[in-house]
Amino acid sequence: MKKLINEPDQVLSDALRGVAAAHPSLAVNSVERYVARAGGPTPGKVALVSGGGSGHEPLHGGFVGYGMLDAACPGEVFTSPVPDQILAATKAVSSGGGVLHIVKNYTGDVLNFQMAADLAGDAGIEVQTVVVNDDVAVEDSTWTAGRRGTGATVFVEKIAGALAERGADLSSVAAVAREVNERSRSFGVALTACTVPANGKPGFELADDEIELGVGIHGEPGRTRSKLVSAKQIAEISLDAITSDLPLSGDVAVMVNGMGGTPLIELYIVYAAVADYLKARGVTIARSLVGNYITSLEMAGCMVTVGKLTPQLTNLWDAPVETPALRWGR
Amino acid sequence: MDATIFKAWIAGAAELVTGNAVHLTDLDAAIGDGDHGLNMNRGFQAALLMIEQTAPATPGAVLNTVGRAMISKVGGASGPLYGTGFRSAGKALGEDPTVSAEQLGAALQAALAGIQQLGAAVEGDKTMVDALTPAVSAYSAAVVGGGGAVQATRAAADASARGLEATIPLVARKGRASYLGPRSAGHQDPGAASMTLILSALAAAVEAGAQS
Repeated sequence: MKKLINEPDQVLSDALRGVAAAHPSLAVNSVERYVARAGGPTPGKVALVSGGGSGHEPLHGGFVGYGMLDAACPGEVFTSPVPDQILAATKAVSSGGGVLHIVKNYTGDVLNFQMAADLAGDAGIEVQTVVVNDDVAVEDSTWTAGRRGTGATVFVEKIAGALAERGADLSSVAAVAREVNERSRSFGVALTACTVPANGKPGFELADDEIELGVGIHGEPGRTRSKLVSAKQIAEISLDAITSDLPLSGDVAVMVNGMGGTPLIELYIVYAAVADYLKARGVTIARSLVGNYITSLEMAGCMVTVGKLTPQLTNLWDAPVETPALRWGR
Repeated sequence: MDATIFKAWIAGAAELVTGNAVHLTDLDAAIGDGDHGLNMNRGFQAALLMIEQTAPATPGAVLNTVGRAMISKVGGASGPLYGTGFRSAGKALGEDPTVSAEQLGAALQAALAGIQQLGAAVEGDKTMVDALTPAVSAYSAAVVGGGGAVQATRAAADASARGLEATIPLVARKGRASYLGPRSAGHQDPGAASMTLILSALAAAVEAGAQS
Protein backbone atom coordinates (compact mmCIF):
# COMPACT_ATOMS: atom_id res chain seq x y z
CA MET A 1 0.00 0.00 0.00
CA LYS A 2 1.40 3.35 -1.06
CA LYS A 3 -0.66 6.22 0.31
CA LEU A 4 -0.13 9.74 1.59
CA ILE A 5 -1.09 9.00 5.16
CA ASN A 6 0.50 9.26 8.59
CA GLU A 7 -1.10 6.33 10.40
CA PRO A 8 -3.84 4.11 8.95
CA ASP A 9 -6.06 4.60 11.98
CA GLN A 10 -5.70 8.39 11.89
CA VAL A 11 -6.78 8.88 8.31
CA LEU A 12 -10.14 10.45 9.13
CA SER A 13 -8.95 12.72 11.94
CA ASP A 14 -5.92 13.89 9.96
CA ALA A 15 -8.07 14.58 6.90
CA LEU A 16 -10.60 16.52 8.97
CA ARG A 17 -7.77 18.67 10.33
CA GLY A 18 -6.77 19.42 6.77
CA VAL A 19 -10.32 20.29 5.76
CA ALA A 20 -10.59 22.64 8.73
CA ALA A 21 -7.28 24.31 7.91
CA ALA A 22 -8.05 24.68 4.20
CA HIS A 23 -11.62 25.93 4.39
CA PRO A 24 -12.42 28.76 6.79
CA SER A 25 -15.99 28.62 5.46
CA LEU A 26 -16.42 25.30 7.25
CA ALA A 27 -16.70 24.55 10.96
CA VAL A 28 -15.18 21.15 11.61
CA ASN A 29 -16.17 19.52 14.87
CA SER A 30 -13.41 16.97 15.26
CA VAL A 31 -14.75 15.59 18.55
CA GLU A 32 -18.30 14.83 17.41
CA ARG A 33 -17.09 14.42 13.85
CA TYR A 34 -19.19 16.58 11.61
CA VAL A 35 -18.58 19.41 9.19
CA ALA A 36 -20.95 22.37 9.25
CA ARG A 37 -21.06 25.89 7.85
CA ALA A 38 -18.82 28.26 9.77
CA GLY A 39 -21.52 30.90 10.02
CA GLY A 40 -23.82 28.67 12.03
CA PRO A 41 -27.39 27.80 11.12
CA THR A 42 -29.58 30.16 9.14
CA PRO A 43 -32.61 30.88 11.37
CA GLY A 44 -35.79 29.20 10.16
CA LYS A 45 -34.17 27.58 7.12
CA VAL A 46 -34.66 23.86 6.50
CA ALA A 47 -31.28 22.31 7.26
CA LEU A 48 -29.78 19.61 5.04
CA VAL A 49 -27.63 16.95 6.67
CA SER A 50 -25.94 14.20 4.75
CA GLY A 51 -23.14 11.82 5.46
CA GLY A 52 -21.68 8.45 4.78
CA GLY A 53 -18.43 6.61 4.84
CA SER A 54 -15.30 8.62 4.09
CA GLY A 55 -13.25 7.97 0.98
CA HIS A 56 -15.78 9.57 -1.40
CA GLU A 57 -14.45 13.10 -1.16
CA PRO A 58 -15.48 15.74 -1.99
CA LEU A 59 -18.80 14.06 -1.03
CA HIS A 60 -20.16 15.04 1.49
CA GLY A 61 -18.04 17.59 3.39
CA GLY A 62 -17.04 19.37 0.19
CA PHE A 63 -20.69 20.16 -0.45
CA VAL A 64 -21.30 21.97 2.82
CA GLY A 65 -21.98 25.65 2.28
CA TYR A 66 -24.40 28.19 0.90
CA GLY A 67 -26.94 26.62 -1.45
CA MET A 68 -26.17 23.03 -0.55
CA LEU A 69 -25.64 21.15 2.72
CA ASP A 70 -25.70 22.54 6.24
CA ALA A 71 -23.71 19.66 7.68
CA ALA A 72 -22.00 16.44 6.68
CA CYS A 73 -21.12 13.47 8.87
CA PRO A 74 -18.08 11.53 7.73
CA GLY A 75 -17.81 7.94 8.94
CA GLU A 76 -14.64 5.90 8.94
CA VAL A 77 -13.43 5.06 5.43
CA PHE A 78 -16.25 3.22 3.63
CA THR A 79 -18.14 2.84 6.93
CA SER A 80 -21.32 4.75 7.65
CA PRO A 81 -21.31 7.41 10.36
CA VAL A 82 -22.74 6.48 13.77
CA PRO A 83 -26.04 7.82 15.17
CA ASP A 84 -24.29 9.99 17.80
CA GLN A 85 -22.50 12.10 15.24
CA ILE A 86 -25.54 12.37 12.95
CA LEU A 87 -27.60 13.46 15.95
CA ALA A 88 -24.96 16.01 16.98
CA ALA A 89 -24.87 17.46 13.47
CA THR A 90 -28.65 17.51 13.26
CA LYS A 91 -28.91 19.39 16.54
CA ALA A 92 -26.13 21.79 15.56
CA VAL A 93 -27.81 22.92 12.33
CA SER A 94 -31.45 22.73 13.38
CA SER A 95 -32.91 26.22 13.57
CA GLY A 96 -36.63 25.65 13.64
CA GLY A 97 -37.32 24.81 10.01
CA GLY A 98 -36.76 21.09 10.37
CA VAL A 99 -33.93 18.94 9.08
CA LEU A 100 -33.68 16.86 5.92
CA HIS A 101 -31.44 13.80 6.07
CA ILE A 102 -30.07 12.83 2.66
CA VAL A 103 -29.02 9.19 2.85
CA LYS A 104 -27.43 7.00 0.22
CA ASN A 105 -29.14 3.62 0.09
CA TYR A 106 -26.68 1.37 1.87
CA THR A 107 -27.87 -0.77 4.77
CA GLY A 108 -25.45 0.79 7.25
CA ASP A 109 -26.20 4.38 6.26
CA VAL A 110 -29.94 3.78 6.35
CA LEU A 111 -29.87 2.12 9.80
CA ASN A 112 -27.59 4.70 11.42
CA PHE A 113 -29.53 7.66 10.00
CA GLN A 114 -32.79 6.01 11.06
CA MET A 115 -31.57 5.69 14.65
CA ALA A 116 -30.35 9.30 14.61
CA ALA A 117 -33.64 10.55 13.18
CA ASP A 118 -35.56 8.73 15.94
CA LEU A 119 -33.31 10.31 18.58
CA ALA A 120 -33.67 13.75 16.98
CA GLY A 121 -37.44 13.27 16.96
CA ASP A 122 -37.30 12.50 20.69
CA ALA A 123 -35.40 15.77 21.10
CA GLY A 124 -38.20 17.65 19.36
CA ILE A 125 -36.50 18.17 16.00
CA GLU A 126 -38.60 17.43 12.93
CA VAL A 127 -36.60 15.23 10.56
CA GLN A 128 -37.52 13.91 7.14
CA THR A 129 -35.34 11.46 5.30
CA VAL A 130 -34.72 11.05 1.60
CA VAL A 131 -32.98 7.88 0.51
CA VAL A 132 -31.05 8.17 -2.74
CA ASN A 133 -31.06 4.99 -4.85
CA ASP A 134 -30.08 5.77 -8.41
CA ASP A 135 -27.64 3.00 -9.33
CA VAL A 136 -29.17 1.00 -12.18
CA ALA A 137 -26.41 -1.60 -11.96
CA VAL A 138 -28.37 -3.28 -9.17
CA GLU A 139 -31.00 -5.00 -11.24
CA ASP A 140 -32.75 -7.32 -8.84
CA SER A 141 -33.82 -5.00 -6.07
CA THR A 142 -36.32 -7.53 -4.70
CA TRP A 143 -33.51 -9.84 -3.67
CA THR A 144 -30.93 -7.27 -2.66
CA ALA A 145 -30.69 -4.37 -0.26
CA GLY A 146 -32.00 -2.31 -3.18
CA ARG A 147 -30.36 0.09 -5.55
CA ARG A 148 -27.36 1.92 -4.18
CA GLY A 149 -27.14 5.66 -3.79
CA THR A 150 -24.41 7.10 -6.00
CA GLY A 151 -24.03 10.07 -8.37
CA ALA A 152 -27.59 11.39 -8.00
CA THR A 153 -26.66 12.31 -4.43
CA VAL A 154 -24.78 15.32 -5.82
CA PHE A 155 -27.83 16.42 -7.84
CA VAL A 156 -30.15 15.92 -4.85
CA GLU A 157 -27.92 17.90 -2.50
CA LYS A 158 -27.51 20.75 -5.01
CA ILE A 159 -31.16 21.11 -5.97
CA ALA A 160 -32.74 20.50 -2.56
CA GLY A 161 -30.12 22.82 -1.04
CA ALA A 162 -31.12 25.58 -3.45
CA LEU A 163 -34.80 25.22 -2.59
CA ALA A 164 -34.06 25.27 1.14
CA GLU A 165 -32.01 28.44 0.66
CA ARG A 166 -35.08 30.08 -0.89
CA GLY A 167 -37.02 29.47 2.30
CA ALA A 168 -39.20 26.52 1.25
CA ASP A 169 -40.62 24.33 4.01
CA LEU A 170 -39.37 20.87 4.98
CA SER A 171 -42.01 18.94 3.03
CA SER A 172 -41.31 20.88 -0.16
CA VAL A 173 -37.54 20.43 0.17
CA ALA A 174 -37.99 16.71 0.82
CA ALA A 175 -40.36 16.46 -2.16
CA VAL A 176 -37.93 18.08 -4.58
CA ALA A 177 -35.13 15.85 -3.26
CA ARG A 178 -37.26 12.77 -3.97
CA GLU A 179 -38.22 14.14 -7.37
CA VAL A 180 -34.55 14.56 -8.34
CA ASN A 181 -33.76 11.05 -7.12
CA GLU A 182 -36.64 9.56 -9.07
CA ARG A 183 -35.58 11.36 -12.25
CA SER A 184 -31.88 10.39 -12.00
CA ARG A 185 -29.94 7.23 -12.79
CA SER A 186 -26.25 6.25 -12.58
CA PHE A 187 -23.95 3.53 -13.81
CA GLY A 188 -20.31 3.10 -12.78
CA VAL A 189 -17.35 1.28 -14.27
CA ALA A 190 -14.13 0.40 -12.43
CA LEU A 191 -10.75 -0.04 -14.10
CA THR A 192 -8.91 -0.81 -10.87
CA ALA A 193 -9.75 -1.70 -7.29
CA CYS A 194 -9.11 0.53 -4.29
CA THR A 195 -7.52 -0.04 -0.90
CA VAL A 196 -9.07 0.97 2.42
CA PRO A 197 -6.08 2.37 4.39
CA ALA A 198 -6.80 0.32 7.51
CA ASN A 199 -6.91 -2.89 5.44
CA GLY A 200 -3.78 -2.27 3.44
CA LYS A 201 -4.84 -4.40 0.49
CA PRO A 202 -7.31 -3.93 -2.37
CA GLY A 203 -10.96 -4.65 -1.62
CA PHE A 204 -11.29 -6.80 -4.71
CA GLU A 205 -9.13 -8.09 -7.52
CA LEU A 206 -9.28 -7.06 -11.13
CA ALA A 207 -6.83 -8.33 -13.73
CA ASP A 208 -4.80 -5.81 -15.73
CA ASP A 209 -7.05 -6.18 -18.76
CA GLU A 210 -10.36 -6.45 -16.85
CA ILE A 211 -13.02 -3.92 -15.89
CA GLU A 212 -16.02 -4.20 -13.57
CA LEU A 213 -19.24 -2.98 -15.17
CA GLY A 214 -21.77 -1.56 -12.75
CA VAL A 215 -19.37 -1.16 -9.84
CA GLY A 216 -20.53 0.49 -6.63
CA ILE A 217 -18.72 3.34 -4.93
CA HIS A 218 -17.02 1.00 -2.47
CA GLY A 219 -15.84 -1.34 -5.18
CA GLU A 220 -18.85 -3.60 -4.74
CA PRO A 221 -19.22 -5.77 -7.77
CA GLY A 222 -21.57 -4.79 -10.50
CA ARG A 223 -23.31 -6.70 -13.23
CA THR A 224 -20.38 -8.32 -14.99
CA ARG A 225 -16.68 -8.30 -15.57
CA SER A 226 -15.40 -7.73 -19.06
CA LYS A 227 -12.19 -7.14 -20.92
CA LEU A 228 -11.13 -3.50 -21.17
CA VAL A 229 -13.01 -1.71 -23.93
CA SER A 230 -12.82 1.81 -25.37
CA ALA A 231 -14.09 4.92 -23.58
CA LYS A 232 -16.77 5.16 -26.25
CA GLN A 233 -17.97 1.65 -25.48
CA ILE A 234 -17.90 2.31 -21.75
CA ALA A 235 -20.07 5.38 -22.29
CA GLU A 236 -22.46 3.34 -24.43
CA ILE A 237 -22.67 0.47 -21.93
CA SER A 238 -23.39 2.96 -19.15
CA LEU A 239 -26.03 4.88 -21.08
CA ASP A 240 -27.67 1.72 -22.45
CA ALA A 241 -28.12 0.58 -18.85
CA ILE A 242 -29.48 3.98 -17.82
CA THR A 243 -31.84 4.52 -20.74
CA SER A 244 -33.25 1.01 -20.60
CA ASP A 245 -34.29 1.79 -17.04
CA LEU A 246 -35.34 5.42 -17.53
CA PRO A 247 -36.22 6.56 -21.05
CA LEU A 248 -34.66 9.97 -21.64
CA SER A 249 -36.06 12.95 -23.50
CA GLY A 250 -35.88 16.73 -23.32
CA ASP A 251 -33.37 18.46 -21.08
CA VAL A 252 -31.06 16.49 -18.83
CA ALA A 253 -28.20 17.17 -16.45
CA VAL A 254 -25.22 14.88 -16.97
CA MET A 255 -22.34 14.14 -14.65
CA VAL A 256 -19.30 12.20 -15.78
CA ASN A 257 -17.71 11.53 -12.45
CA GLY A 258 -14.21 10.28 -11.78
CA MET A 259 -13.81 7.51 -9.20
CA GLY A 260 -10.63 9.05 -7.81
CA GLY A 261 -7.85 7.54 -9.88
CA THR A 262 -8.80 8.62 -13.38
CA PRO A 263 -7.38 11.79 -14.93
CA LEU A 264 -9.69 14.52 -16.12
CA ILE A 265 -8.56 14.08 -19.72
CA GLU A 266 -10.04 10.59 -19.74
CA LEU A 267 -13.28 11.84 -18.18
CA TYR A 268 -13.59 14.34 -21.03
CA ILE A 269 -13.08 11.53 -23.55
CA VAL A 270 -15.97 9.69 -21.91
CA TYR A 271 -18.02 12.89 -21.81
CA ALA A 272 -17.57 13.37 -25.57
CA ALA A 273 -18.99 9.91 -26.16
CA VAL A 274 -21.84 10.58 -23.73
CA ALA A 275 -22.68 13.81 -25.56
CA ASP A 276 -22.67 12.03 -28.96
CA TYR A 277 -24.87 9.25 -27.63
CA LEU A 278 -27.48 11.59 -26.17
CA LYS A 279 -27.46 13.96 -29.14
CA ALA A 280 -28.10 11.06 -31.50
CA ARG A 281 -31.19 10.23 -29.43
CA GLY A 282 -32.55 13.75 -29.35
CA VAL A 283 -31.72 14.35 -25.69
CA THR A 284 -30.39 17.78 -24.76
CA ILE A 285 -27.64 18.12 -22.19
CA ALA A 286 -28.74 21.31 -20.50
CA ARG A 287 -26.32 21.20 -17.58
CA SER A 288 -23.17 19.16 -16.97
CA LEU A 289 -20.43 18.32 -14.51
CA VAL A 290 -17.15 16.62 -15.39
CA GLY A 291 -14.77 15.83 -12.57
CA ASN A 292 -14.28 14.05 -9.26
CA TYR A 293 -17.43 14.61 -7.21
CA ILE A 294 -18.09 11.26 -5.59
CA THR A 295 -15.00 9.12 -5.51
CA SER A 296 -13.92 5.70 -4.29
CA LEU A 297 -10.48 6.40 -2.87
CA GLU A 298 -7.93 5.78 -5.66
CA MET A 299 -10.15 3.61 -7.83
CA ALA A 300 -9.76 4.28 -11.53
CA GLY A 301 -12.96 4.45 -13.51
CA CYS A 302 -15.97 6.63 -14.02
CA MET A 303 -19.64 6.91 -13.30
CA VAL A 304 -22.21 8.43 -15.60
CA THR A 305 -25.23 10.07 -13.96
CA VAL A 306 -28.15 11.48 -15.90
CA GLY A 307 -30.98 13.49 -14.34
CA LYS A 308 -34.08 14.54 -16.24
CA LEU A 309 -34.66 18.23 -15.70
CA THR A 310 -37.80 20.36 -15.52
CA PRO A 311 -37.78 24.16 -15.76
CA GLN A 312 -37.98 24.33 -11.95
CA LEU A 313 -35.12 21.85 -11.48
CA THR A 314 -32.93 23.71 -13.98
CA ASN A 315 -33.68 26.95 -12.19
CA LEU A 316 -32.67 25.42 -8.86
CA TRP A 317 -29.55 23.91 -10.44
CA ASP A 318 -28.55 27.41 -11.57
CA ALA A 319 -29.15 28.96 -8.15
CA PRO A 320 -26.03 30.24 -6.41
CA VAL A 321 -23.90 27.71 -4.59
CA GLU A 322 -20.73 28.25 -2.62
CA THR A 323 -19.06 25.15 -1.25
CA PRO A 324 -15.48 23.89 -1.44
CA ALA A 325 -16.31 21.53 -4.31
CA LEU A 326 -19.13 23.26 -6.17
CA ARG A 327 -19.49 26.98 -6.60
CA TRP A 328 -21.18 29.29 -9.06
CA GLY A 329 -23.39 32.36 -9.25
CA ARG A 330 -22.35 34.01 -6.03
CA MET B 1 -25.35 -15.48 36.94
CA ASP B 2 -24.24 -12.03 38.01
CA ALA B 3 -22.66 -9.02 36.29
CA THR B 4 -19.18 -10.54 36.67
CA ILE B 5 -20.05 -13.37 34.29
CA PHE B 6 -21.48 -10.95 31.76
CA LYS B 7 -18.38 -8.75 31.97
CA ALA B 8 -16.25 -11.87 31.47
CA TRP B 9 -18.39 -12.72 28.44
CA ILE B 10 -17.73 -9.34 26.84
CA ALA B 11 -14.01 -9.48 27.68
CA GLY B 12 -13.85 -12.96 26.13
CA ALA B 13 -15.79 -11.85 23.07
CA ALA B 14 -13.47 -8.86 22.67
CA GLU B 15 -10.46 -11.16 22.82
CA LEU B 16 -11.95 -13.50 20.21
CA VAL B 17 -12.91 -10.61 17.94
CA THR B 18 -9.42 -9.11 18.19
CA GLY B 19 -7.83 -12.48 17.50
CA ASN B 20 -10.10 -13.02 14.51
CA ALA B 21 -10.23 -9.44 13.23
CA VAL B 22 -8.20 -10.21 10.13
CA HIS B 23 -10.29 -13.31 9.44
CA LEU B 24 -13.55 -11.35 9.77
CA THR B 25 -12.22 -8.61 7.53
CA ASP B 26 -11.12 -11.17 4.94
CA LEU B 27 -14.58 -12.76 4.97
CA ASP B 28 -16.08 -9.32 4.51
CA ALA B 29 -13.68 -8.41 1.71
CA ALA B 30 -14.85 -11.51 -0.19
CA ILE B 31 -18.51 -10.51 -0.27
CA GLY B 32 -18.79 -7.06 1.31
CA ASP B 33 -16.48 -4.13 1.79
CA GLY B 34 -13.74 -5.55 4.00
CA ASP B 35 -14.09 -3.69 7.27
CA HIS B 36 -16.07 -6.00 9.55
CA GLY B 37 -13.13 -7.09 11.71
CA LEU B 38 -11.90 -3.54 12.13
CA ASN B 39 -15.33 -2.25 13.05
CA MET B 40 -16.17 -5.04 15.50
CA ASN B 41 -12.79 -4.70 17.14
CA ARG B 42 -13.32 -0.97 17.57
CA GLY B 43 -16.80 -1.63 19.03
CA PHE B 44 -15.67 -4.22 21.57
CA GLN B 45 -12.70 -2.14 22.68
CA ALA B 46 -15.09 0.77 23.21
CA ALA B 47 -17.45 -1.54 25.11
CA LEU B 48 -14.65 -2.69 27.43
CA LEU B 49 -13.63 0.89 28.09
CA MET B 50 -17.19 1.96 28.78
CA ILE B 51 -17.71 -0.97 31.15
CA GLU B 52 -14.53 0.00 32.99
CA GLN B 53 -15.59 3.63 33.22
CA THR B 54 -19.23 3.16 34.21
CA ALA B 55 -18.94 -0.09 36.20
CA PRO B 56 -22.43 -1.45 35.44
CA ALA B 57 -23.63 -3.50 38.41
CA THR B 58 -26.23 -5.80 36.86
CA PRO B 59 -26.20 -8.18 33.88
CA GLY B 60 -28.81 -5.99 32.17
CA ALA B 61 -26.72 -2.86 32.68
CA VAL B 62 -23.62 -4.58 31.28
CA LEU B 63 -25.42 -5.54 28.08
CA ASN B 64 -27.04 -2.13 27.77
CA THR B 65 -23.60 -0.53 28.07
CA VAL B 66 -22.21 -2.82 25.37
CA GLY B 67 -25.15 -1.95 23.13
CA ARG B 68 -24.57 1.76 23.53
CA ALA B 69 -20.86 1.36 22.76
CA MET B 70 -21.65 -0.65 19.63
CA ILE B 71 -24.13 1.93 18.38
CA SER B 72 -21.69 4.76 19.10
CA LYS B 73 -18.49 3.27 17.75
CA VAL B 74 -19.03 0.57 15.13
CA GLY B 75 -20.85 2.24 12.27
CA GLY B 76 -21.86 0.30 9.20
CA ALA B 77 -24.84 -2.00 9.50
CA SER B 78 -23.26 -4.07 12.27
CA GLY B 79 -23.18 -1.16 14.74
CA PRO B 80 -26.92 -0.55 14.89
CA LEU B 81 -27.71 -4.26 14.60
CA TYR B 82 -25.37 -5.52 17.32
CA GLY B 83 -26.10 -2.43 19.39
CA THR B 84 -29.81 -3.08 19.21
CA GLY B 85 -29.25 -6.77 19.92
CA PHE B 86 -27.28 -6.10 23.11
CA ARG B 87 -29.63 -3.36 24.24
CA SER B 88 -32.71 -5.52 23.65
CA ALA B 89 -31.08 -8.32 25.64
CA GLY B 90 -30.12 -5.91 28.42
CA LYS B 91 -33.65 -4.53 28.57
CA ALA B 92 -35.07 -8.06 28.81
CA LEU B 93 -32.84 -8.78 31.80
CA GLY B 94 -34.10 -5.70 33.62
CA GLU B 95 -32.36 -4.64 36.81
CA ASP B 96 -32.00 -8.03 38.50
CA PRO B 97 -28.57 -8.42 40.11
CA THR B 98 -28.49 -12.09 39.09
CA VAL B 99 -30.31 -13.81 36.27
CA SER B 100 -31.45 -17.38 35.66
CA ALA B 101 -30.90 -19.63 32.64
CA GLU B 102 -34.51 -18.93 31.62
CA GLN B 103 -33.92 -15.17 31.79
CA LEU B 104 -30.80 -15.43 29.66
CA GLY B 105 -32.81 -17.43 27.12
CA ALA B 106 -35.43 -14.71 27.01
CA ALA B 107 -32.67 -12.11 26.58
CA LEU B 108 -31.20 -13.96 23.61
CA GLN B 109 -34.70 -14.19 22.15
CA ALA B 110 -35.13 -10.43 22.66
CA ALA B 111 -31.79 -9.77 20.95
CA LEU B 112 -32.90 -11.76 17.93
CA ALA B 113 -36.25 -9.98 17.81
CA GLY B 114 -34.58 -6.55 18.05
CA ILE B 115 -32.08 -7.35 15.32
CA GLN B 116 -34.77 -8.70 13.03
CA GLN B 117 -37.05 -5.75 13.63
CA LEU B 118 -34.32 -3.29 12.69
CA GLY B 119 -32.65 -5.18 9.87
CA ALA B 120 -35.70 -7.01 8.51
CA ALA B 121 -33.60 -10.09 7.80
CA VAL B 122 -35.01 -13.60 8.06
CA GLU B 123 -33.20 -16.91 8.33
CA GLY B 124 -31.61 -17.79 5.01
CA ASP B 125 -30.74 -14.22 3.99
CA LYS B 126 -27.06 -14.91 4.78
CA THR B 127 -26.72 -12.59 7.77
CA MET B 128 -25.96 -12.73 11.49
CA VAL B 129 -29.57 -13.91 11.94
CA ASP B 130 -28.54 -17.26 10.44
CA ALA B 131 -26.18 -17.81 13.37
CA LEU B 132 -28.39 -16.35 16.09
CA THR B 133 -31.71 -18.02 15.20
CA PRO B 134 -30.55 -21.63 15.61
CA ALA B 135 -28.65 -20.59 18.74
CA VAL B 136 -31.79 -19.21 20.36
CA SER B 137 -33.73 -22.38 19.47
CA ALA B 138 -30.99 -24.68 20.73
CA TYR B 139 -30.75 -22.69 23.96
CA SER B 140 -34.45 -23.00 24.75
CA ALA B 141 -34.50 -26.66 23.75
CA ALA B 142 -31.64 -27.31 26.18
CA VAL B 143 -33.43 -25.48 28.99
CA VAL B 144 -36.74 -27.25 28.26
CA GLY B 145 -34.80 -30.52 28.34
CA GLY B 146 -33.69 -29.73 31.87
CA GLY B 147 -30.26 -28.32 31.07
CA GLY B 148 -28.76 -25.41 32.96
CA ALA B 149 -27.10 -22.30 31.58
CA VAL B 150 -23.81 -24.12 30.95
CA GLN B 151 -25.43 -26.76 28.73
CA ALA B 152 -27.76 -24.24 27.10
CA THR B 153 -25.07 -21.71 26.19
CA ARG B 154 -22.86 -24.53 24.85
CA ALA B 155 -25.78 -25.80 22.76
CA ALA B 156 -26.37 -22.26 21.51
CA ALA B 157 -22.72 -21.80 20.55
CA ASP B 158 -22.63 -25.13 18.71
CA ALA B 159 -25.88 -24.39 16.87
CA SER B 160 -24.53 -20.99 15.95
CA ALA B 161 -21.40 -22.56 14.45
CA ARG B 162 -23.58 -24.90 12.41
CA GLY B 163 -25.70 -21.94 11.31
CA LEU B 164 -22.52 -20.16 10.24
CA GLU B 165 -21.41 -23.16 8.16
CA ALA B 166 -24.85 -23.25 6.57
CA THR B 167 -24.42 -19.68 5.29
CA ILE B 168 -21.67 -20.80 2.90
CA PRO B 169 -23.88 -21.94 -0.01
CA LEU B 170 -26.46 -19.19 0.52
CA VAL B 171 -26.98 -16.25 -1.80
CA ALA B 172 -27.07 -13.01 0.22
CA ARG B 173 -30.33 -11.09 0.23
CA LYS B 174 -29.45 -8.30 2.68
CA GLY B 175 -26.64 -5.82 3.08
CA ARG B 176 -23.77 -5.14 0.77
CA ALA B 177 -23.17 -8.80 -0.07
CA SER B 178 -26.57 -8.91 -1.77
CA TYR B 179 -25.16 -6.89 -4.67
CA LEU B 180 -23.04 -9.92 -5.58
CA GLY B 181 -26.10 -12.06 -6.22
CA PRO B 182 -25.02 -15.63 -7.03
CA ARG B 183 -21.36 -14.62 -6.58
CA SER B 184 -22.00 -14.34 -2.81
CA ALA B 185 -22.46 -18.12 -2.57
CA GLY B 186 -19.44 -20.12 -1.45
CA HIS B 187 -18.44 -17.75 1.35
CA GLN B 188 -19.21 -17.62 5.07
CA ASP B 189 -21.22 -14.60 6.08
CA PRO B 190 -19.00 -12.27 8.15
CA GLY B 191 -21.87 -11.16 10.42
CA ALA B 192 -22.76 -14.78 11.16
CA ALA B 193 -19.05 -15.39 11.86
CA SER B 194 -18.79 -12.57 14.43
CA MET B 195 -22.08 -13.71 16.00
CA THR B 196 -20.64 -17.20 16.41
CA LEU B 197 -17.54 -15.79 18.12
CA ILE B 198 -19.71 -13.82 20.54
CA LEU B 199 -21.88 -16.82 21.39
CA SER B 200 -18.88 -19.05 21.88
CA ALA B 201 -17.46 -16.47 24.30
CA LEU B 202 -20.80 -16.57 26.15
CA ALA B 203 -20.58 -20.34 26.57
CA ALA B 204 -17.00 -20.08 27.81
CA ALA B 205 -17.82 -17.32 30.31
CA VAL B 206 -20.87 -19.15 31.70
CA GLU B 207 -18.88 -22.36 32.02
CA ALA B 208 -15.97 -20.63 33.75
CA GLY B 209 -18.42 -18.83 36.03
CA ALA B 210 -20.07 -22.13 37.02
CA GLN B 211 -16.71 -23.64 37.91
CA SER B 212 -15.52 -20.78 40.03
